[in-house]
Amino acid sequence: MRYKELGQALPGAKPAPAGRPPAQNFKYIGAYLPRVDGELIVTGAAAYTHDLHLEHMLYGKILRSPHACAEVVALDLAPALALPGVKAGLRLKEGRLNYLGEPVAAVAAVDEATAEEALELIKVEYKELPFVVSEEAAQAEGAPQVLAEGPNVQKLNELTRGDVDKGFGEAELIFERTYRTSWEVHQTAETHASLAHWEGDSLTVWDSTQAVHSVRDGLARALKMPAAKVRVIKKYMGGGFGSKLGVNDHTVAAALLAGQARRPVKIVLTRKENSYCVGYRPSNRVTIKAGVKKDGTLTAVHFKNFTCGGLGRGDDCADPLVDLYRCLNLKVEEYSVFAHACPNRPTRAPGHTQGTFALEGFMEELAAELGMDPLELRLRNYTTKNQGDTGTPYSTKGLEQCYKLGAEKIGWQGRHKRPGQAAGRMKRGLGMASQIWPGAGVPGTLADLYVYPDGSVEVQCGTQDIGCGTRTFMAAIAAETLGLEPKDITVKIGDSDYPWAPVSGGSLTAPSVGPAVRDAALKAVEQLKQLAGKKLGIPADQVAVADRKFANAQNPSQSLTFAEAARELRRETVFHGERALWAPGFDYQTFGAQFAEVEVDTETGRIRVLRVVAAHDVGRVLNRLTAESQVLGGVLQGLSAALFEQKTMDRSLGRMVNANLHDYKVATIQDCPEIIPLFADVVDERLNILGNKGLGEPPRIPSSAVIANAVFNAIGVHIGEIPMTPDRVLEALKKKREVRS
Amino acid sequence: MESGSHNNKKRKKTYTRRAFLKGVGGGAIGATVATGLLGSAPLGPGQDSAEPAVFESKPITLTVNGKLQRLTVKPRETLLHVLRERLRLTGTKRTCDRGECGGCTVLLDGKPVYACMVLAARTDGRQVRTVEGLAVEGKLHPVQQAFIDKDAFQCGFCTPGFIMSGVALLEGNPSPGDEEIKAALSGNLCRCGNYQKIHEAVAAASERMRGGLK
Repeated sequence: MRYKELGQALPGAKPAPAGRPPAQNFKYIGAYLPRVDGELIVTGAAAYTHDLHLEHMLYGKILRSPHACAEVVALDLAPALALPGVKAGLRLKEGRLNYLGEPVAAVAAVDEATAEEALELIKVEYKELPFVVSEEAAQAEGAPQVLAEGPNVQKLNELTRGDVDKGFGEAELIFERTYRTSWEVHQTAETHASLAHWEGDSLTVWDSTQAVHSVRDGLARALKMPAAKVRVIKKYMGGGFGSKLGVNDHTVAAALLAGQARRPVKIVLTRKENSYCVGYRPSNRVTIKAGVKKDGTLTAVHFKNFTCGGLGRGDDCADPLVDLYRCLNLKVEEYSVFAHACPNRPTRAPGHTQGTFALEGFMEELAAELGMDPLELRLRNYTTKNQGDTGTPYSTKGLEQCYKLGAEKIGWQGRHKRPGQAAGRMKRGLGMASQIWPGAGVPGTLADLYVYPDGSVEVQCGTQDIGCGTRTFMAAIAAETLGLEPKDITVKIGDSDYPWAPVSGGSLTAPSVGPAVRDAALKAVEQLKQLAGKKLGIPADQVAVADRKFANAQNPSQSLTFAEAARELRRETVFHGERALWAPGFDYQTFGAQFAEVEVDTETGRIRVLRVVAAHDVGRVLNRLTAESQVLGGVLQGLSAALFEQKTMDRSLGRMVNANLHDYKVATIQDCPEIIPLFADVVDERLNILGNKGLGEPPRIPSSAVIANAVFNAIGVHIGEIPMTPDRVLEALKKKREVRS
Repeated sequence: MESGSHNNKKRKKTYTRRAFLKGVGGGAIGATVATGLLGSAPLGPGQDSAEPAVFESKPITLTVNGKLQRLTVKPRETLLHVLRERLRLTGTKRTCDRGECGGCTVLLDGKPVYACMVLAARTDGRQVRTVEGLAVEGKLHPVQQAFIDKDAFQCGFCTPGFIMSGVALLEGNPSPGDEEIKAALSGNLCRCGNYQKIHEAVAAASERMRGGLK
């Protein structure tokens, strides 16, 4: 399944129950709410997988291929197993190894140092084979074939709409540009880690994951055992960004080693392993050729993409183009290029980020070519239906509001009308970029709400908090609906034994889980109102719910406390909540626009980002405080990728030369600009009971593009490639001078 | 502070534990490589260049969060290892394990250090403060409270390190300016990208500690 299709409704999902009034006048939902678990985080008490320790626990380590491509000729574990303190060992792969870092064997020992020592005692004979570690080398003549079957370049995606030849024939101008993005490593703060523990034939795994249910299913498949006997738990997790969505080799290894030793085994990857072995955003080389009328009307677009994700298929990235602008005639061709590196993994808004870098860079350059305001060009081709205005209408589309909010805040009118017109060494510029992403959530997501006879309330859902504040919005929704306070709600998540929820990826969590919790709480409050009404001697519809009380709406002094009403249930009672289907006939997407101001030192090539305004339409915002954090993070990560990040490969040795946090540059506080998050607040009543969409990916989608576009406005040349390192900026400036002279 | 933190990093990267360990050969370690945080003065070998003594293990006594701890440590053990694996103080995180990210920042005799870069054998008789030792009788330190109020974290994994850097800054300089805050926090990486709110939180805590806010 494509990552972007994770948001499909489950087969059993039901339509929304009729007769529920639209939600409004909320006290907690949409407010600025500090996290309910904030104290655990700031005191260091929140237990991440790294931090867990079980009695008799062993430490696992993995022997990994030191070659980009090799054959295992012979492997002898015996010397490692003979080392005192080593309790288990196993082979993980025989035969051909296709990337540096591919698991070969694993050991478990009483401490990490012994496990490391044991790895060095494993005798392996490798036969080195020719390799390619870049998109260019993989396409060169005579390049070694990477996959056992099929060539190094394979078709990934194609699409045709209308008549492209006719469209180009109608054009008054034909414009073509190429944009490149690099391998960007997630570099999560908490490296991947798993702790496996067997009790009889049942397995419990604590995993640093974004997806307890999918890891459970993946483990069951890998171990050929029933999913019913596997439990996966994740309480706190130090960053995922798409790299922790499924079961990992080391998780399976931990389970096998634990089975062998009959003791719990924990495997924590090193920073180097995280740099090599758990994915990255694939590179993309996108060429866009468009036919356009002088007024900015697009008549035809041809989009060609070569994506390289090592052994993975890379990312198709035409979706933003397919939907975002009115263009009747379109041709898309996308190709995967295979190389000897670990497979790419989804990376915050896979495909959309790279596609937006290309598309929105193109729009900015095209506007300059036409002498138009780039915002006006976008509005000229604005759509209200998907498929470039040829398909299904959007239920809501707040992009125009985002454009207005953002343009006003950044002072768009003050930009250079002609890119690069500023004089002097330090040049400032303004740029913009737009965003589209599904984020509608998964109908069929479940949440259970327990009301105990003492009046306490618990919400259970097998979702995860990956840093976005899931626990807090769940508590807020339950409290809001039941007339309680968020701190009254006990939230239990991050366990595959709880009701099903999707992976926390694809901006799915809030629009899946939020409505399910609301549904459960509405069912609970309905029954409690019945019981309270009976006790108060009034009909249930005259019972008002607020301030931990069920009161007579006509006579508020006549009331029961929440606990008194709950006591009437006589036992703990579970209310099953479910995210319902959206109304048919519409498409549901998130939208947004970012605006940035940068300063470029034209002598050193150094770019400084001064300000970023990020305006997003994600439906109803559930918690403004945490939502703002997500936007800040999306902007900052885009800045980091735009200026610094690149998994750099030595093409002759096949190694990554920056497999650490010193040489793999990520933005620090010194690089952080002023970031202003804004929300369009377009509640989508048709989408779900709360009208909210996802916010995980949206702020990351335009956040590299917007900086490149602002640089273009500042210096008059689009760098066309990220990261925009000083050498690339200087090279681009030099080329511009050469063209002029 | 025109120059970026990357330049700072490069300049101060000379003192790595790896390079140091290679230099003295396996097993025989004695000198501390207490790399200071980026943006604050490093405690380099120059200040602490005693000849290494050969030992298999060494008894040490250190005070952690006010509590005396007697331990026998191996030459290769870091303060980070002692805190996490021996004392189970897991609030201090192991993120890079080579002095690049600040996730394991603790206060050693009041100065912020990367615990992964300090050999445990060299902490004998010294005072260590970790994130677990900040709250007093259940009342959060103003920096901790400000991190909650401002939502200065997302996944929270880098948070203890940032909080310790913030505490170190404010205890030495109660009214830092924006550039001083940035400098003090530039040795810590937040991959979720919450720097703006982290900055705001430290500024708010500064105000609170000076009595501006209760």
